[in-house]
This record gives sequence, structure tokens and C-alpha cells, in this order.
Amino acid sequence: MLKPGLLRFLAGLFFSLVIGWYVFPYALYEKFEQPIQFSHKVHTGETGGLSCTDCHEIKSDGRFSGIPALEKCASCHSSAIGTSSQEKILVDEYVSKNREIPWLIYAKQPQNVYFSHASHVKLAALECTECHGSHGSSDSLRPFQRNRISGYSRDIWGSTMSRINRASWDGAKMDDCENCHDRRHVANTCLKCHK
Amino acid sequence: METNHTSPRYGMVIDVDRCTGCGNCMVACAVENNVPPADPKATERTGTTWMRVSKLENGLPFPENRSVYLPVSCQQCDHHTPCVSVCPQNAVEYDTESGIVAQIPVRCFGCRYCVTACPYHARYYNWWDPVWPEGMEKTLNPDVSTRMRGVVEKCNFCHGRLQAARAKAAAEGRRTIADAEYVPACGESCPTHAIHFGNLSDPNSDVSMLSKDKRAFRLLEELGTEPKVYFLSEQDWVHAIVKNKISTELKGHGNG
Repeated sequence: MLKPGLLRFLAGLFFSLVIGWYVFPYALYEKFEQPIQFSHKVHTGETGGLSCTDCHEIKSDGRFSGIPALEKCASCHSSAIGTSSQEKILVDEYVSKNREIPWLIYAKQPQNVYFSHASHVKLAALECTECHGSHGSSDSLRPFQRNRISGYSRDIWGSTMSRINRASWDGAKMDDCENCHDRRHVANTCLKCHK
Repeated sequence: METNHTSPRYGMVIDVDRCTGCGNCMVACAVENNVPPADPKATERTGTTWMRVSKLENGLPFPENRSVYLPVSCQQCDHHTPCVSVCPQNAVEYDTESGIVAQIPVRCFGCRYCVTACPYHARYYNWWDPVWPEGMEKTLNPDVSTRMRGVVEKCNFCHGRLQAARAKAAAEGRRTIADAEYVPACGESCPTHAIHFGNLSDPNSDVSMLSKDKRAFRLLEELGTEPKVYFLSEQDWVHAIVKNKISTELKGHGNG
């Protein structure tokens, strides 16, 4: 039989873990909806036929254009395709007013971090799904979660607090970069990823 | 993955006989590396100048008087790098892929041991948070992070330019870059082409050959830190003064 002291200790531990692992992370992140609900699924695969690089491209100078400019959308959506409410917002609010869509960037890294899509995609030959998972076949955009203290996106830490058995696309912390570099015998010097 | 070729070791050769002391390198450096305008309270010792041009004089009266200008930045020591060995925080590292002495400001906690250890006075402590006049923040270079108050910073051979050059090469499927693809801002801006830059590991590069020239010297060579910045001068008094006096000349951060 458990002693009352031990019981109280375990109850306190349980309570602390719930606070630390669920309540605090929940309170820490502020949620924002994207300006438009965009479906990758409709655009890619059999329905849309587009590939990742049709909208997210590596420029010839090696820079990566992650969020496509409005002109990319407008090249097909100059007038409404279909009658959905999101399509109406796209055409009326952005395309016809020639206003860029203020997307919230899930994968935005802190300003002292350097990352080159060119070297990871062209030289290391990584597939997009290696780091972005099934993002390309998602049907809606999840809310953007911003850390109230640091201002960083939740995608930097990842969705789980424990980080055990997490997928390669769940989180992109310094540890994750270093571990992958280690596995692939790529240098882990500071200047490799910092500027 | 990238072990098929030997890593480059970037170095610089500065021809002091060609340097006119115009200060272009200092300005280009500050603009490239997001160094903010100096705080009104900043002095000769507390301002930030990754590249600094000092004046050396032979001390003789007219008409025998001569002077040269000596642009001094981080000397990128190759051996026993003093700042690397003293940093308690691993915020300074010798980058094995480029030979550049890397300073990671976000990791630095501002003890300034490295500032003391550096024999060249090439390191600068941020006494104030950076402030840019309104509108000027739009000119910030996105390839270089800004630094906050309380951390140390220094020249890193415009490493952001190396990253940009590597990314461009990667987009074209190349793992190596040619010397001409990567030049620091000071070298690019020098109107008299006094600053040469390139890979010291390549025996055929400009800098390799110039560094072996009989006019070449380095600052405080006797310390054995093997700086990767060389200077060239045909004038014997410059060699003599650098050997004997350089440590005191630079102590007050130059008087040019």
C-alpha cells in the first residue's frame, strides 16, 4: 500500500507534468488563421496536376522563393474558378485589387539562421516530403501558432513537447538540423547554419 | 558528403603601397555587415569598426617623411586562434570548411575575454543596442544577422557572401565555387585594388602567390597565430615599424 506522502508526491508530479506539457504549451502559443483557406490537395496530384516546384521555386541565384507571389495565383485565378467562398475572397480581395496575400509562414526561422533549399534539394537530393511531410496533399491550412514570448512559429519546436518518435517534418530546431547533418556526415560547424 | 575535395582556406593580401587610406573598405564593411551608425556616446574605443584603417608614419621630418595606411580587420588566425581558445561559451569557432574564424553573437554572453585575448584588437563589444535612423532599416543586409547589446562581433570575411555564393553554386549543381564568386565587401569596394582575396589552399590562386612574395609580411608574426591576412610593402621602414611598433600603434585602436 502506498504511503500518503508518496501518494501526494505522485499526485503533485502528475499535476506538474500536466501543467508543463499541456497547459503551458497551450497558453504559450497564440493561434492565427491564414488569410485564405488554401487546399494543396486540389492543386496537386491527379486533381490539379501541379508539382511543388510550380509554385515554390529555387531561383537561379540559389535563393528560395517559398511563398508564391500573387502573380502566380493570378495566372490561373484572374477570374473566379468555381463558386467557393475562399475563391471569392482570393479574387475580390487580392487578385482584383492586386494586393499580395499576407500568408503566415509556418517554417520561418529566426533571423540568425541560414538555410539553403538549393543545397538540400539540388546537392543532397532530399525530397520535399522529407522535411515537409504530407503538406503537399493537405486539404486545408492549419492555424499558424506563434510563440507569445519569442515570436517564433510552433513549427520550429514541433507539435509534441516530448519530441519522442516524432516525424522528420515535425519541428526544425537546431538539434534536428545537427542530427540530420550527423547522420549524413555533413559538417556541423556554426557557420554552416548561422549568419 | 563533401569530402571529395580539400576545404578552402580563405585569406586576404592587402597591398599597403597601393592603399590611399580613402576608407572605402570601412564604409563598405559597415554597410554589408549591418553595423549601425555609432551611438552618440561612442568613443574611439567603444565604437564598432570591423575594418579599420590606421596610419603609419616613418617619423622623419620633411622631405624624408613617409606614411602608409594599414587596413586592419580580423586577421583570421589559423593556428592557436586566441579568441577561440579563450571563449568559455564556444561562441567562437574555427570554421573547418573555410578557415574563417566564426563569431556567433547569439551564443556570446559578453564576457569580453576574446576582446582581451585578440592581439589585433579586431573584436568589438556592443555597448549599445543597434539603432538605425528611421527608413535606414530597409537597407539592412538580409544575409547578415543584426547583433544586440552585450555581445561581441568582428569581421568574418563577409561570410554571408560565401553562403550566397555557395547557394548559387548549389542551384547550378556545383559543390565548389570559384575564387571570383566570393569577394568580401572591402575587397570589392577598394578603388585601387589593394585588397586581394581568395583561397590560400590553392597554390595557383592570386593570394597564394602574393602571400609568398618577398614584400609580404603579417602582423605580430612572432606570436605564431598564422594570420590569414597578409600585407605587401616594398618599403623597408614599413616592415621595420610593423615588426617593432605595431602592437603599441594598434593598442589605442590606431591614431589615423
